[in-house]
Amino acid sequence: MICHDIVIVGGGPAGMAAAAAAYDAGCHDVVILDREPQLGGILMQCIHNGFGLHKLGKELTGPEYAAVYAEMVEKRGIRVYTETMVTHVSPERVVTSQNRQGILKIQAKAVILAMGCRERSRGALNIAGSRPAGIYSAGTAQKLVNCMGYQVGRRVVILGSGDIGLIMARRMSFEGAKVEAVCEVMPYSGGLTRNIVQCLEDFGIPLYLSTTVVQIHGRDRLEGVTIAQVDENRRPIDETRRYIPCDTLLLSVGLIPENELTRAAGIPIDPVTNGALVDENCQTAVPGIFACGNVLQVHDLVDYVSEEAERAGIAAAGLVAGEISDDVEIATRAGNGVRYVLPQKIRSTAQEVSLFLRVSQPFGRVRFVVEDEEKVLATATRLRAAPGEMEKLNLPAEKLSSVRGEITVRLEVL
Amino acid sequence: MLYDVLIIGAGVIGSMLARELSRYQLSVCVLEKENDVAMGATHANSGIIHGGYDPVPGTLKAKMNTDGVEPLFQAARDLHVPHRRNGSMVCAFGSDAEHALLDELYEQGQVNGTPDLRILSGDEARAIEPKLSPEVSRVLHVPNAGIIGPYDLAIAAMGNAMDNGAVLLRNFPVVEIRREDARFVVTSEKGDCAEGRYLVNCAGAYSDRIAAMAGDGFYTITPRAGEYMLLDRAEGDTVSHTLFQCPTEDGKGILVSPTAHGNLLVGPTAKKVASPEHHDTTPEGLAEVTRLAAKSVPSVNFRQVITSFTGIRATGSTGDFILEASKTVPGLIHAGGVESPGLTCSVSIARYLTGILREEGLELNEKSDWNGVREDTHAFQHMTDEEKDAFIREHPAYGKIVCRCEGITEGEILDAIHRNPPALDMDGVKRRTRAGMGRCQGGFCGPYVMALISRELGIPMEEVTKKGGDSRMLVERIGEDK
Amino acid sequence: MTRTLTCIICPRGCALTAEIVGEDVRVSGHACKRGEAYAVNECLHPMRTVTATIRVNNREDTMAAVKTREPVAKGDMMAVMQMLRSRTVAAPIRIGDILVQDVCGTDIVATRDVE
Repeated sequence: MICHDIVIVGGGPAGMAAAAAAYDAGCHDVVILDREPQLGGILMQCIHNGFGLHKLGKELTGPEYAAVYAEMVEKRGIRVYTETMVTHVSPERVVTSQNRQGILKIQAKAVILAMGCRERSRGALNIAGSRPAGIYSAGTAQKLVNCMGYQVGRRVVILGSGDIGLIMARRMSFEGAKVEAVCEVMPYSGGLTRNIVQCLEDFGIPLYLSTTVVQIHGRDRLEGVTIAQVDENRRPIDETRRYIPCDTLLLSVGLIPENELTRAAGIPIDPVTNGALVDENCQTAVPGIFACGNVLQVHDLVDYVSEEAERAGIAAAGLVAGEISDDVEIATRAGNGVRYVLPQKIRSTAQEVSLFLRVSQPFGRVRFVVEDEEKVLATATRLRAAPGEMEKLNLPAEKLSSVRGEITVRLEVL
Repeated sequence: MLYDVLIIGAGVIGSMLARELSRYQLSVCVLEKENDVAMGATHANSGIIHGGYDPVPGTLKAKMNTDGVEPLFQAARDLHVPHRRNGSMVCAFGSDAEHALLDELYEQGQVNGTPDLRILSGDEARAIEPKLSPEVSRVLHVPNAGIIGPYDLAIAAMGNAMDNGAVLLRNFPVVEIRREDARFVVTSEKGDCAEGRYLVNCAGAYSDRIAAMAGDGFYTITPRAGEYMLLDRAEGDTVSHTLFQCPTEDGKGILVSPTAHGNLLVGPTAKKVASPEHHDTTPEGLAEVTRLAAKSVPSVNFRQVITSFTGIRATGSTGDFILEASKTVPGLIHAGGVESPGLTCSVSIARYLTGILREEGLELNEKSDWNGVREDTHAFQHMTDEEKDAFIREHPAYGKIVCRCEGITEGEILDAIHRNPPALDMDGVKRRTRAGMGRCQGGFCGPYVMALISRELGIPMEEVTKKGGDSRMLVERIGEDK
Repeated sequence: MTRTLTCIICPRGCALTAEIVGEDVRVSGHACKRGEAYAVNECLHPMRTVTATIRVNNREDTMAAVKTREPVAKGDMMAVMQMLRSRTVAAPIRIGDILVQDVCGTDIVATRDVE
C-alpha cells in the first residue's frame, strides 16, 4: 500500500480548490483521484457563463472556471489520477480505487471527500404512466448535447425549475428544439433570477408554477405528458389536467449529495443537507476525513464551493502538521424559517466562523438572528431571502469563546 | 430452414424450454416479438420462488410448483442467476377468517408436499423478522421459498440454449401461422418466415392470440396488471423473508420482499386491463402499494423508491396452466395461462413440455457435448480486491467503472453486448449488468453506455434505442447542418 | 413607456422599473449602479453572450465549447447558432483560440481545451 498525506476524492471544483489550498498551507504530498479523463467535474458540461463573478471577479463559463483551478493544481505539481474511481474509504483513511491499471490502495493521513452530487431521477418522483425513451435528467441531456453533440429531443417539457433545467431550456432552444413549458411544483422557482430571464423569457418559454407532471404517455418514445396544477399540499387538481404533446421530458427536480462512500466510512449524515455532519473546518465526525463542495451541501454558486473547499484543504494540511486539536464543540441548530445551518458543530477555539444556511421558503426583508441560550451573538439583514440561495453569516471569534449551550440561527420577517 | 421445434415467445418459459431442448440433437428456434428476451410477464415480476402451498391440490399448478422448486434452485446455480433461499411468510392480521385461511394453506401445503411448513405466532415471527408489523397475529412460515432475478433467469437460460445451438430471432412479431405439408410456416410482421415441425406456444399474455392463429384458440387470456415499487439497496435488508398477506381472489396480495439483487420490492396490485400492452403505473395503484405494504411492514422507507413499474400476468380462462398437445392441430403444443407460480415452475414446465413433445413423436437423442453451465457474468463483482487487481491487469476494461451506483465496469457491459443472447439496447444492457439500475437510474452512465452500444454494434449513436422499435434515445447529431 | 425588469446582475434579482422616453431611460428599484446600467442597456440595446458548441471534426463525438467574445444583440442569437451548427473545427484547441472570426460583430472563441 502506498501512503500520501492528503488524498482528495473527486477532481471537480471542490477537489481542485482543496488541493491547491492544502498545498499552499504547507502540505505538498497531495493527490487527487477522479473518475473522468480530466479535472473539472460537472463544470466541464456547464458551458454557459456566469461562473466566477464572486470569487475571481470575472464572468467565466464552466470549463473556463475549471481551467483556472486545473492550472493551479498543475503548477503545484499535484499528482492527479484520472479515470480512477474510488470504491471505498475506510474510517482508518485507507482509500481504495480502481482504474484500467488495477486496484490502487492509498493510506492517507487526511482524506477530503469532494464527490459532488447527482440528480434526483424519475423513479424518486413516482410519476405515473409508461416508461418510454425520451425522459432524461437535465444534466444527462446537458452531457449529451454539450459534450457529445447529440440533440436529445425536438419538443420538450421540463419538470422542475432548478438552474440546470433552466439552462437546458435555452440550450435545447438554441439547438432547434421547441421547449413547450417548464413546470414547477412549488409556488416559486428554485432557480436564479438571471436564468429565468435569460433562459425562459428570452425564448418565450412559459414557467408554470404550482404545476407538475402527473402522467407520462408513449410506448417506445415519449409522446406526451399530462400536467396539472397542485393544491397547497402539492396534490394535483384533477380539473386542471392538460395534455402536452412532446418527445422529451427533462427533469430538474433537485440534487442529492453523493454520499455512498461517506456512509460506508461510517460518517454520520445530516438528514436535511444529505451531507456529512461537519465542524467549521469541514471535518466530519470521523477524525481526518473532511467533506466539501456539493457532497457536503448543495451550493447555489460554484464560487462558494471553491471557498468551502479551500477551508477544508487548509484544515486538512493543519491536521497533517498536527495543528488541529480536539476542543469542546458547540452545536448549531436551525430555528424559525431556517432549513439548515452548516457547520453543525463549531470548536470553541475556532477563529472567525462562517455559518451557511438556507431559508425554508421565500421571504421579503428579513433579519437573521444568531443566538445562544442567553444572548444574541450576531444579526444580519437581507432585502430578500429565497430557498434557492445560500446565505452566509459571519460569527467573530470573540463571540464564540462566550457561547452558552447551542447556537441557534432563526429569522425574523421585517 | 426447417427447424425441429419452433417456440413462440422468449419469456422465462420459452427460454427455459429452449435450454431443455438444447440437450438433444434437435434444431430449435425461438421467435420473439421484442428486441430482447424477457420483455413480457417475465420482465416485471415479483421474482419469488414459491414454496408450493398455494395452488389447489391436483392442479397442474400444484404439481409443477412442487416439482419445480429444487430443479429451479439447481438451474439458478448452473446458470449463475442471482437467487437466495430466504423463506417466505404469509401474514394474518388478527381476524379469524385469516387464521382459518392460514390453516387451510398449511393443509394444502401438506397435500402438495411443501416441506417444513410451520404456523408461527406473531411474536415468534417477529423474533426472526423484527420489522414485521405488531398487528401481525400469525404467519405461515415457508422455509423452502426463495427469491430469484426473473429476467436474469430467462436471459441466462436463453444464453445457455444458444451456447448449445438454439437460435433466437428477435423483432419477429408473429402475424400468421399456416400448417402445410406437416410443418408450420410462421410469418412475422415484416414478412420473414420460420418453419418448424413442432410449434410450442409460450407467448404469455399473447398465447390466446397465437393459439387462435394456429387454429386451436380454445382459451382466452385476461391480462392483469400489477404495479410495483423498487427501493434503493440501502433498504434491501429491511426484511429478510418474502412477506405475503393472505391471498384473495385477485392473487397473492401485496408483498414486501428483498430481491435477489439486494433491493427491496413492494407490490403488486392486481387489476384487469384491456391489453397486454398496458405497462402504465397509476397514482391509485402506487398509493395502494404504499398503503398495503405499510400494513405488513410499517417502517418501509418510501423516500428511497428508485423506480416503479407495472407487470402483466397472463391469467388463463381455465384457471390452471394449459400445458398440452393440441387436440385438433397435430404438432402444436400449448403452454398458456402461465401466471404465478409460473416463474417457480419454469424448469418443471420445460421438462413437462419436453415430455409432451416426445409423446407427440419428437425423437430425443441426447447430445454428448451439452453443457448446462453458463459462466457467471457477475463474477467480477464477487472478487476480492486482490483478485480484481489481477483480473484487471489481464482485462483492463474491468478497471473502468461505468455505472457508479452499482459499480458496473466497462468490461461487464462489453460482455453483455457480446455474450449470448447479446444485449442490443439500453434496457438490455441494464437487465444483464445492472448498469443504470441504481439510484441515479442511468443519469451518469447512460451516455457512456450509449456510446459503447454504438461502437460495439457498429451503429450510429442516433440508432441506439432504449428497448428496440421506435425507442431511440437521441434525435439528431448536432453540427452537421448544411 | 414603462417596463418592469428583473435585474440579473447578481442573485439578488432586484425588481426594476424603467421609464423610457426616446433614448432616455429612468430606472428605479435598483440597489447598485450596475443594476441601473443593466436596465438602461436592456431597454435600449439588449445584448447576450452566446455560449454553445462547435463539432470537432477530427475527434469522435467531441464538441468544442465556445462563446461569443463580446455579447451580441439579443436578436442575433439564433443567427450565431445557425452559423455554429453549420461549421466544424479541428483539434487541438486551446481556451481563448478564435475559432470563427467576425460573427455578428464579434468572434467565436474556445472556452475549453480539446487535445
